[in-house]
Amino acid sequence: MSFDTNNADPVALVVAPPVSVKPGRKKGGLLWLLNARLAIGLIILLVMGLGSFILPFFAPADPSIQATYMRNLPMSGVHWLGTNSLGQDIFWFLVFAIKNSLMLGILVAVGVTIVATIVGLSAGYIGGMFERIVMLFVDTFITIPLLPILIILGALIRGNTSFFTVGLIIIIFGWAWDARTVRAMALSLREREFINMARFSGANTVDILAKEIFPYVSAYILVGFINTVLFAINTEATLAVIGLSKVEVPTLGSIIFWALSYNALFTGQYPWIVAPIVATVTLFLGLFLTSTGFNQAFAAKRGVS
Amino acid sequence: MGVLAYVAKRFGLYLAVLFIGLTITFMLPRFMPINPVDGYIGQIQSRANGTLTPEAIAEMRVNLEVLYGLKGDIFTQYLSYLKRVVIDFDFGPSFTYYPTEVSTMIVTALPWTLGLLLTATVIAWLLGNMVGLVAGYFHKHKAASILEFVGILLYPIPYYILAVSVLLILAYIFPIFPLSPTFPVGEMTWAKVGMIIYNSLLPAITLVLAGFGWNILSMKALAVATTEEPYVTYARLKGASNWTRMTRYVFRNALLPQVTALALSLGMIFNGALLTEIIFSYPGIGLIMRTAATGGDYNVLYGAITLSILAVATAGLVIDLIYPLLDPRIRTK
Repeated sequence: MSFDTNNADPVALVVAPPVSVKPGRKKGGLLWLLNARLAIGLIILLVMGLGSFILPFFAPADPSIQATYMRNLPMSGVHWLGTNSLGQDIFWFLVFAIKNSLMLGILVAVGVTIVATIVGLSAGYIGGMFERIVMLFVDTFITIPLLPILIILGALIRGNTSFFTVGLIIIIFGWAWDARTVRAMALSLREREFINMARFSGANTVDILAKEIFPYVSAYILVGFINTVLFAINTEATLAVIGLSKVEVPTLGSIIFWALSYNALFTGQYPWIVAPIVATVTLFLGLFLTSTGFNQAFAAKRGVS
Repeated sequence: MGVLAYVAKRFGLYLAVLFIGLTITFMLPRFMPINPVDGYIGQIQSRANGTLTPEAIAEMRVNLEVLYGLKGDIFTQYLSYLKRVVIDFDFGPSFTYYPTEVSTMIVTALPWTLGLLLTATVIAWLLGNMVGLVAGYFHKHKAASILEFVGILLYPIPYYILAVSVLLILAYIFPIFPLSPTFPVGEMTWAKVGMIIYNSLLPAITLVLAGFGWNILSMKALAVATTEEPYVTYARLKGASNWTRMTRYVFRNALLPQVTALALSLGMIFNGALLTEIIFSYPGIGLIMRTAATGGDYNVLYGAITLSILAVATAGLVIDLIYPLLDPRIRTK
């Protein structure tokens, strides 16, 4: 069977096997819900994405530089969320954090999608011994727990490398789930009626790939892409929270790292800790709603309903 | 296909995965720029106020390299590593806490990690599946979508955010739990056990919340699909009650993928457990690893990672082997 969603973690594999498609079968009433999901998700992403990419041009100072302002200022008209114990403006730090996290997420997702598509498709179509060996590696990479490995590598590269090396490492250890999903898809596509139908109708391989397989696969790739963005942002942030990423770069994780290490909880600096929590939850909800919304919209459009 | 062939094939895959995993684990820390022997010698040197002679240092270096299995070229090291790990489950002494054996450190920390992790995972799985079943079975009711909404809201929230939020709400705004919990070690008394359970509640709540949302969503999707099956309709026409249909017909069949998911989530929560322990300073494997990573403590890292690979791979194997017992359709094939 094919998995409807591909994801970098096992979690979403079961969230949306074709089953989740079935609600669309019943009435048009649910279609409104699907679109609502997608719409809300897209609006959140649009606002946060545009905001975080345009606003930095108007930033009064680079928020990653310490001691730009007085420390621990309360919320005011000048500093909307106040300043932190390092003399940085919390609002601008947060804006840059969202931008950096999104950029990292998108870059990692591009890398993971390319690697996973090549590995998964080749394994699925070539088959035989090649497939078995490739899948053995895929299974191994899935089995190796990611966080322990990242902790080691984080300790290894911390400080003496760029922020994007972190992204590269996430790609190296994050492609396996997607590759597995793509292979499952390739396997199931080989057997599908509509592919056989096209073949019997005299379509050549290029036609089948472009007109039959690609439209089918592209939906999955898009959903998988969004899920990988989620996964990448989450992984980098997790590393940053425990101080093993490049914490000087503002990201959704590093802001919490600094807040925790300066005991924002003890000193009662709510904005410092609450603002990134709210921002992260909103962003992740937006990504998740977009991905499941797309998933359902595509399922409905494919005529599974 | 015989049962024996199935078991043998699955076991072969298990061994292969373990072998590749161990090899990658061996290679990774070798690329660390921190040379632990240098670090260790530097420490001793500073403790001796720089009075060590170069000869003494050279001798110490040789001794340390032998002691930590760093002698010879990388291939020799690799062979002796495999031999020690596979045959004796021996990772040598820790650098930082010399002469404590790594296996001792792990054995001390393991019950903490397992106790927290297993309890939280199973609770999250049970709760999530129950809520998901109800939400899926009654998916035509408005109230069911509220249940699903809980799942949608919880699932995408990253783990560290949950941890910090729980800490913020339950330890700071409503000071029910201590902000910096203490975990007494040594001789166990009832008072101590009570204190440990009380202090473990916060990390446990986080772990449950983290697993809860996903279980709701996936069980709901499965239950919706199963509810549409003809045999459920047949049961309804036969006059079976809502409860019987929900538990005996829908739940039984929707459960299977969820059992696989439980094994997988054990692996994922092994990740989560590390983070919980670091954020809540809970004395398990995660905290040990964190300290080891900052101190360049090879042997401890080897031990902890080998253990987690072993745990995750074994969970997968066990689930695959007991799967036929749960699904009669596979048995008869």
